[in-house]
Amino acid sequence: MHFESISPGIVPRAAQILFERIENLFDRAFGGADNPLRHLGALGLYFLWILVATGLYLYIVLDTSIEGVYSSIGWLSREQWYLGGILRSLHRYASDAFVVVMFLHLLREWAYGRYHGFRFYSWITGVPLIWLVYVSGIGGYWIVWDQTAQFSAIATTELLDWLPFFSEPSARNFLAPDSINDRFFTVLVFIHIGVPLMLILGLWTHVNRISRVDYLPSRRVMLATLASFLALALLKPALSAAPADLAQMPAEVPLDWFILFLHPLTDLTSPAAVWTLIFGATLLLFALPFLPHPAAAPIAVVDAPNCNGCSRCHVDCPYEAITMAPHPHKPNHKIAIVDADHCAGCGICAGSCPSSTPFRSQQRLVTGIDMPQQPVDALRQQLEAQLASLRGSTKLVVFGCDQGADVRGLAGADTAALSLICAGMLPPSFIEYALRSGADGVVVAGCRDGGCEFRLGMEWTRERLARSREPHLRALVPQERIEILPAARGEQRRLAAAVAAFRTRLESQGEAARPPAYSRRSHG
Amino acid sequence: MVKPAAIIGQIVLYGAFAAFIGYFATNPTYKQIADDIALVKLSISHLGDRECRKRTPEELAKMPPNMRAPLECPRGRSDIKLVIELDDKPMFETIMHPTGLSRDGISSVYKRFELKAGSYKLAVKMNDNLVNPGFNFVKEAQITLKPAEILVIDFNPDRGGLFFQQGSAEKH
Repeated sequence: MHFESISPGIVPRAAQILFERIENLFDRAFGGADNPLRHLGALGLYFLWILVATGLYLYIVLDTSIEGVYSSIGWLSREQWYLGGILRSLHRYASDAFVVVMFLHLLREWAYGRYHGFRFYSWITGVPLIWLVYVSGIGGYWIVWDQTAQFSAIATTELLDWLPFFSEPSARNFLAPDSINDRFFTVLVFIHIGVPLMLILGLWTHVNRISRVDYLPSRRVMLATLASFLALALLKPALSAAPADLAQMPAEVPLDWFILFLHPLTDLTSPAAVWTLIFGATLLLFALPFLPHPAAAPIAVVDAPNCNGCSRCHVDCPYEAITMAPHPHKPNHKIAIVDADHCAGCGICAGSCPSSTPFRSQQRLVTGIDMPQQPVDALRQQLEAQLASLRGSTKLVVFGCDQGADVRGLAGADTAALSLICAGMLPPSFIEYALRSGADGVVVAGCRDGGCEFRLGMEWTRERLARSREPHLRALVPQERIEILPAARGEQRRLAAAVAAFRTRLESQGEAARPPAYSRRSHG
Repeated sequence: MVKPAAIIGQIVLYGAFAAFIGYFATNPTYKQIADDIALVKLSISHLGDRECRKRTPEELAKMPPNMRAPLECPRGRSDIKLVIELDDKPMFETIMHPTGLSRDGISSVYKRFELKAGSYKLAVKMNDNLVNPGFNFVKEAQITLKPAEILVIDFNPDRGGLFFQQGSAEKH
C-alpha cells in the first residue's frame, strides 16, 4: 500500500540520476562512509571549523591600520610561511571549498526533492546562509587590502549603490587614497568575525530539526581534505596582490572565482541584471517548497493501548518527530507523540517498536507506533502469504526498501520479496519469524551506506541485526542465514547477482549449522 | 582493507578537487580595463541650495511673537544641474535630485568614465540652485591621464567647490 504522489519533473529527476550515478561511482573509490558526496553538509561544517581555527590565528597577527593590514598579512606569507603562510592558505582554500560544497549540497538536496514537507524548515533556514557566506567571503578579501581587495571593495559598493538604500553613494568611501582610515579595517574585521558567528548560529538552526547531526565527516575524509589543502598551501600559497592604491585602477587582478564572481558578472551585464539574479534566485529558493511537489507521506500513528512508553521510537527517529508524554491510560508510563510537521513517514519508528513483533498471537497485529500506508500487520500477512507459496530447494525472503533498488522484481517461486518504506522499518523479529517459518535465508536490502533517504534507516538496521541496538535480533538466530545488501535505486541487477551469490552460499553450507528451531519445514 | 585501486581513485579525486579549488582561487586573472585606459570618476554629494525669502513687517506682525523669524526658508532643496565637457565637447549632463520624501536630502551622482590615456581639457559646471540661470560652480583644467590612473571629480565647499583629484594630490 503506497501513497499517491506527483512525480518530480524531468530536470530534477535527471539531476537525481546524475547524482546517484556519480555517488555510486565514488563509492567504488571511497566506500559509502567516506564518500564526500554523501556527506556534503558535514564536509561544509568541517571546512567552517578550519576557517574558524585558522582565522583566529590570522586575527591575532593582523594589524588593522591602513599600512598594517597589507604588511602584516604579507609578513605571514613571506617571513612565516611555514605557519602563518600555511594557515592563511588553509583559510583561503577552505573558504573556497566551503562555497563549492555548499552549492553541491544545495543542488543535491534539490535533485533528491528534499525541500518540502518535513524538510521545509531545513530548506528555508538554509537559504539565508548563502548570503551570510558571501558577505563573509567578500569582506574577508577586503581585509588584505591589496589590488584584489580594492577592486572588490569598489565593485561591491558600486553594486550596492544601485539599490535605493543609501542617500550618499557608498562607493565614495573608496574614491581616493585619503578616503579611508584605520577604523575602516577595525570595522571590517568586526564584520568578518560577526557575520561568520551569525553563520554558525544559522547552521545550528538549519540542523535543528534533525537528530544525530552529522557534524563532521569521517576521519579519513577530514584527513584527506586537510592534506589536499596543505598540498595546495605548499604548492600554491595564498599571496597578496600588489598593495591597493585608490589613485590607480588595478588593470589585472587575480580573482577568486568562487567568491568574487559577481564582480565580472556585473561588468559583463549590469547591476540591475545581477541584483535580479541574486534576488530572483533567493526568491526561487524560498518559493520552491511552495511549488507543486510530491504529496507528503502519511505520518506515523501511535496506538495508545500498545505503546508501553519505551522511548525507542523517540531515540531512533532521524527527524526528532517523536516526543514522549505522560500516558493517558497507564499511570507512570509514557506515550509517544508524533509531530506531524517533523514526521517523514519513514517507518523507522515502527521498526524500533518492541510491539512490532510478528510472533504476537493477536489475529490482527497492532503495534505501538505504525505506518498507515504499510502497517506491520499487513507486512506479516504478506510475509506469511508469500512464505506459504514458496517452492524450491533454497527459499529466500528479501526485505527491500522503496528508496533503494526495487526488490519486487526478485520475487519468484523460491523468493519472497517485500518492499518497505525504509529498510529501517523492518523489526528484526520479522527476520527470525521468516527463518522459523520456512525461509532458508533472509536478505535485507536498502540504500547504500551514507545514502539512506531517511538518514539512519540502514545504520539502525545494521546495528539491530548486529545486536548492538534495540530491538535487536535474538542471539539464537543464525547470522549466516542473513545478508544485508546495500543497493541504490536502479541497481536491481547488481542486487539480483548478490542475492544469487547468497543463495549459492546457503546451498553450499547445507543444513549443518541450522539450529533446530530453524530446521526446514513445509509451509504448504 | 582498502583496495589499491580505491586508494589510487581517492588520490586522483582528491587531487582533482584540490586542483579545481587551487586554480579557480586566483585564475584566470580578471582584466577590468584595457592597458591604455584611464578612469575619470565623478562623485558628488551636495545639498542643493534653497531660496529664502525675507518676510515683510506685515507678515511678521501677523505671526505669534515667538515665531517671528525674519526669513522664510522652504524645506525642499533645489535640483542640481551638472555638465561635464571634455575638450569643449559635451561628455555628460545630469540633473541631481534631492533625496527624501520632502526633497530635503542630499543630491548625489556617481559615474565612471573610461578614457584613453592622454591629455584633455576637462570642464565641470554645476548649478545648485536652478532658480538662478547659468552655473555658480565651474572648474576647468588641462589634465593628463596615465594608463590606469584615476581622476576624481568631487565637490567640497570647504575646498573651494568643485575640484579634481589625481593620486593623493588635489589638482588646482
